[in-house]
Amino acid sequence: MATANHETLKPIQDVLVTGDRTFAEVNEDVARPLENFPTGKWWVCFIAAMAAFFMGAVLLLETFKNGVGLWGLNQPVGWGNDVTTFVFWVGIGHAGTLISAILFLFRQKWRTGINRSAEAMTIFAVMTAGMVILTHTGRAWLAAFWLLPYPNQRQLWPNFRSPLEWDVFAVSTYFTISLIFWYTGLVPDLASIRDRAKNKVRKFLLTIASLGWRGSNKQWVHYEQAYLIFAGLSTPLVLSVHSVVSFDFAVSQLPGWHTTIFPPYFVAGAIFSGFAMVVTLLVLAREAFNLKHYITMDHLEKMNKIIMTTGMLVGYAYAVEFFIAWYSGSTFERATFINRAFGDYWWAYWIMVSCNVFIPQLFWVKKFRRSIPVMFVVSLYVNIGMYFERFVIIVTSLHHDFLPSSWANYIPSWVELGMFTGWIGFFFIWFLLFVRFLPSIAMGEVKSVMDQPRKGASHA
Amino acid sequence: MHKENAVPVLSGVVGFFDDPESLTEAAAKVRDSSYKQFDCFTPYAVHGLEHAQGLPRSKVPYVTGIFAFTGTATAFAWQYAASATWWPHIIGGKPMNSLPAFVPIIFELSVLFGGIATFFGMLAFNRLPNLKKRAFDPSITNNRFAIMIENPNEEIEDEEEHVAFSPEQAEQFLKSVGAKDVRKVYNEGWFS
Repeated sequence: MATANHETLKPIQDVLVTGDRTFAEVNEDVARPLENFPTGKWWVCFIAAMAAFFMGAVLLLETFKNGVGLWGLNQPVGWGNDVTTFVFWVGIGHAGTLISAILFLFRQKWRTGINRSAEAMTIFAVMTAGMVILTHTGRAWLAAFWLLPYPNQRQLWPNFRSPLEWDVFAVSTYFTISLIFWYTGLVPDLASIRDRAKNKVRKFLLTIASLGWRGSNKQWVHYEQAYLIFAGLSTPLVLSVHSVVSFDFAVSQLPGWHTTIFPPYFVAGAIFSGFAMVVTLLVLAREAFNLKHYITMDHLEKMNKIIMTTGMLVGYAYAVEFFIAWYSGSTFERATFINRAFGDYWWAYWIMVSCNVFIPQLFWVKKFRRSIPVMFVVSLYVNIGMYFERFVIIVTSLHHDFLPSSWANYIPSWVELGMFTGWIGFFFIWFLLFVRFLPSIAMGEVKSVMDQPRKGASHA
Repeated sequence: MHKENAVPVLSGVVGFFDDPESLTEAAAKVRDSSYKQFDCFTPYAVHGLEHAQGLPRSKVPYVTGIFAFTGTATAFAWQYAASATWWPHIIGGKPMNSLPAFVPIIFELSVLFGGIATFFGMLAFNRLPNLKKRAFDPSITNNRFAIMIENPNEEIEDEEEHVAFSPEQAEQFLKSVGAKDVRKVYNEGWFS
């Protein structure tokens, strides 16, 4: 219809940036937190994070001095809060790459508003996980001897058939690729910040960091191609990492661990917990830095839908595990699962189920999906639930081993809980520094999905 | 770079545009003109501009492919050598060459090598880090678009080898394809 009235036509594409922002205003909005002295709220958070980390560091030092006997571990529960915390943080580190890579390949344009901060979160979460797993070895300064394959005089090599060795490669590859993916994305935005910089030192540092980027289209062509390849490489990578983490358990012979559902179950759980952490952080960041035009309610609603979907996938995995425990006819398997839900750790199991399966069901209701307080609380519950999921898998499988005479319960010692708090502080220190010093919205990408300035229109 | 009284070298002539649409149309016209050395500058990757500008496909994927395969081969060779010849042990009843158990590290190393090579390959194709050519206008990383007709003689020191290039004509041409603001840009390094 040639006479169609454009006013009455609905936009085919979602409006991803609200508030009629122009390109110049995007730069203004994103650069504002970077160019001003941080607010009081930021300092309160930063000091709290530093304090938590300091406490954790002191307790870690005590552990180094006295050994892991300070922890509540015993025989048969040789893995407790340490490995739980590791899997918790690695899992959180999955949302960033999912958003930046998988949603990129699926051409989900809404990713542009949130990908930068989600990727940053990924990197900091994997850093935290790496620190946790290195220190869990007890003598972390020797970890390189044990973990890395390198030619040595004793002619020893690690066991390449061990999932723990696969994990070393999976997590370190994941960290490296996420870091260069993130940095590649940052280069044009660092150039934007550089070109606004008034201070000479600031300009100098940003010139170095932005590699002297000039926005030439000959460069954009290679850049876009490299970005697409990073997305292509990261997509199987992100699925492989948590699969390999799940192999740490699934490849063993222990009832409760030895199941083939673990890789997809762990990946779904990782995405679930990662998105919950993204929602927790973005709800705070968009409020604190006034980024509501870029991280809109639509973005949050889409993430909440993913949280609910992956939450139900995880719930399905819980159910299938029980079904298979019965259906397999394996007495040990069945005993383990009955013990999981109704044994000494029944409370941990039901915290897990409530937080991960029941509470996210709130998101069936649109009003709740679009309510900041509801999603914030739900995302916190999901984080708690996912900690307990790993705790349940690890501890309940170990504490009843094959010999009833050696059964024992495990409760984290206060040293472990203090260190756990310390790692949360460690993560938040990095995240707070990130929102303070680097553009937390991918300006270059947001501009490409905005309403473009039209030919002949006056451009304010 | 800090020579006293040195005559600044002309990098090219630049014309600015306010929107990606006019830029793309103008780029196609420059491509079809006698100016062969030119480039567009944009705050973000404008899709379709590479065709208007007549740029070939990026060769970064070949770099990725070669290095990813190197990673595959390295990971297999390394694990095979360590597990079957240097430190042969039977573990879990598996054969010395336990290929299925080597697959995760083979995959990870392929991705690692491929990813790192993609990054450095992209930098090499783009001649980054770039210390020699300063950004000529802060609006390029903000909200404006530009076409630069490059001075073909910029890198040639011997004046006898210079080809004919008139910056004034290039300025006129850029205006004729719709550039709003046209000016000459001289070669300046970031730190000079």
